[in-house]
Amino acid sequence: MRKAITILAALGLLVLGSGCASRAPYDYSNFKAHPPKSIVVLPPTNQSPDVKATYGYLSTMTMPIAEKGYYVYPVAVVDEYMKENGLPSATEMQSVPLQKIQEVFGADAVLYTNVTQYGTRYAVLDSITEVSATGKLVDVRSGVTLWDGSVKIAQGMNGGSGGNPIAALIAKAIVSIVNQILANSTDYAHQVSAIANAQLVNEKDHGLLDGPYLAVR
Amino acid sequence: MKKTNLCLVAVLALVATGCQPAQKYYWGSYEDLVYVSYAEPGKVSPEAQIKILEGDVSFAAAHHKALPPGFQAHLGYLYSKIGNKEAARSNFEAEKRQFPESTVLMDRLLSNLARS
Repeated sequence: MRKAITILAALGLLVLGSGCASRAPYDYSNFKAHPPKSIVVLPPTNQSPDVKATYGYLSTMTMPIAEKGYYVYPVAVVDEYMKENGLPSATEMQSVPLQKIQEVFGADAVLYTNVTQYGTRYAVLDSITEVSATGKLVDVRSGVTLWDGSVKIAQGMNGGSGGNPIAALIAKAIVSIVNQILANSTDYAHQVSAIANAQLVNEKDHGLLDGPYLAVR
Repeated sequence: MKKTNLCLVAVLALVATGCQPAQKYYWGSYEDLVYVSYAEPGKVSPEAQIKILEGDVSFAAAHHKALPPGFQAHLGYLYSKIGNKEAARSNFEAEKRQFPESTVLMDRLLSNLARS
């Protein structure tokens, strides 16, 4: 019994210890001074060699941010609108002046994302899918940075559901041709992007603060 | 022994619910369709996408779940692509009612629609 308690205590200390060893909590003073309700999520710039990164990542960004309590503008509509107005790339879209963002979308804040790693390294024993990204949330009216963060996820591809554990993520409900396309996709970094985004947004003391819609039922 | 099993089940249930927190919105295929339309352009026609999303709308209504931000705006945009202005308009209006934050953009899309 005594031994068990000692082990438990040691484990507890270990957990506490690793918690303490991590970074200090994010300084949310700007965030609290300008709490946003609505966020324009712009297509991420891409520094990875995979051209699919921008949209593979963009298409996983709405859910965690909206579930965190914010209004997220329709990402594909925003993208299309900008393209129609002479901004074909994420880099150009991210250089639009804040005043223009406010005028066109009426948004409180804009999220700038940069994907630095996106892809799968294939190896004999195990293949690793890596996704890394940085995000910066800027207040549209003042130009102040409300929040920034980064995430790096590396996920092995071995074990379970025929060598593709990520298939479990998509196996939620096979309803349509869409699921069929997703199930046959080898763009594993897209699924890992969803994990990366959820962590970027929800990480305790480092993610976004709860938004106004979180309290509304 | 039985007790242990029960405990295990309870713990597993906790872990399971912990991994799958209740979502505020019914997402349906919204983000998957956004992905597919970029990853495999032309593979799923706007008409097919609309059909899938309308299925999600019905499901959400039947289960008293809210649609997520951007969903109805996206659906309206798909309708505008196939020239169904009436359905586009009603979806843009619905987005605006559910999320007043979308007003500036929705009004812009509505006026573009009226001029097109």
